[in-house]
Amino acid sequence: MFLRTALLVLRKDFAIEIKSYEILSTTLFFAVGCVLVFAFALVKEGQAPPDSAAAILWIALLFSGTLALGRTFERERYGETIRALLLAPAPRPALYVGKLLGILCLLGLTEVLLVPLIALLFSAPLLERLALLLPLLVCGTIGFAAVGTLFAAMLMRARTRDVMLPILLYPITIPVIIAGVRGTSALLATPPDQPTTIMWLTILLCFDVVFVTLSLWTFEPLMTE
Amino acid sequence: MDFDSVRLTDVSRHFGRRRALSKLSLTLNAGDIVGLLGPNGAGKSTLIGVLATLVTASGGDVRYGRRTAREGGSELRQRIGLLAHELHLYAELTARQNLAFFASLYGVEADNPHRFEEAIDAALERAGLTDRAGDQVLSFSRGMRQRLGLERALLHHPRLVLLDEPFTGLDDRSVGTVSTRLRQLAAGGAIVLLATHDLDLADGLVTRVALMRDGRLLSDEPAATGLRARYRSVVGGS
Repeated sequence: MFLRTALLVLRKDFAIEIKSYEILSTTLFFAVGCVLVFAFALVKEGQAPPDSAAAILWIALLFSGTLALGRTFERERYGETIRALLLAPAPRPALYVGKLLGILCLLGLTEVLLVPLIALLFSAPLLERLALLLPLLVCGTIGFAAVGTLFAAMLMRARTRDVMLPILLYPITIPVIIAGVRGTSALLATPPDQPTTIMWLTILLCFDVVFVTLSLWTFEPLMTE
Repeated sequence: MDFDSVRLTDVSRHFGRRRALSKLSLTLNAGDIVGLLGPNGAGKSTLIGVLATLVTASGGDVRYGRRTAREGGSELRQRIGLLAHELHLYAELTARQNLAFFASLYGVEADNPHRFEEAIDAALERAGLTDRAGDQVLSFSRGMRQRLGLERALLHHPRLVLLDEPFTGLDDRSVGTVSTRLRQLAAGGAIVLLATHDLDLADGLVTRVALMRDGRLLSDEPAATGLRARYRSVVGGS
């Protein structure tokens, strides 16, 4: 029942997105725009400052992810469909998981576009080191999206939600961004510093476990008026 | 779980310093069509939210049969249908997709795809939208959305039917169809609670009238003719 509900919500979000491509196009456009601006500002004569590729990858993900989080729940606010979802005889945390899966898919697609783009513009060996970059990105994205989905749902009815979401989200997800940037920087060093990358990956994993558990636990009480 | 009555005892709800419901006691029984009447801000929508388990009461007790909302959990929610002023429809999806999504969420005919499709077709027919089943809801008029929203709320055959202004945007023919549908539901053992401002439509449809003002229940009595005069004498205004 839990997984079925989560997948139903995910499928419904896909069905809506396929009609408009609204969130996908804005998120991708924003992420690419962000990377291009940094590339124009930082890359001089084909040379990027050290560690900039790692930082820009995570900054682009953070900013575009925040945009996507807000829009995803805007849909549930319009027509107050969130109330219909909460009234359904399904486990309420499953609604959270369905929304989280949707955000993860969206950010996954963004990463598919960003990684080769940053590798190209910043001459970073991201594609050669996918074996460790992939788990870093997966764990970092889960951590960011887990907290972001909860906050976006919680702020859905707040008038100042667009301002409040980053204000609340960024301080909590700072550990994810630090771990992601430091882990990726270590991975992109020559030669790659694998033990350091694995240490940051472990920290990301711990963050994921703690925040996914907390989010599942608090979603229902936070959503009840 | 199932129940044939809902009893509210001294139910209060505060939003900060604002009192939306104040020590409200009311019993709703199977077969009733209760008209919940009152001016704007009387607390009707809050009361519907509390009954729908979406709003937690600050004080008092709500029992569905013998169980509270917390005890009933998802089994209780399976027996509640809500049509609020916002219609709980996804504007980007088609009428069929909306109904199919909510039917799946409520487990309607979950084991039988053929009967599932039949249930959707029947709901579309009752809403008078068979020809527009494949159109996006955003292209519908308010009346069409209202009819679709009502069928969405009733897809899973709820025991407790909560309707907030169900006649908004409906033409005369649709009002008649919806009224007949509500009478059929009540005759089938549903508990129907209907919040409306339209006294003329409520007159002749509801079997009981609950009059509210400022979060308080002023009167709960069997429906009688001359609802408008009774409303004026209890609630005041024109």
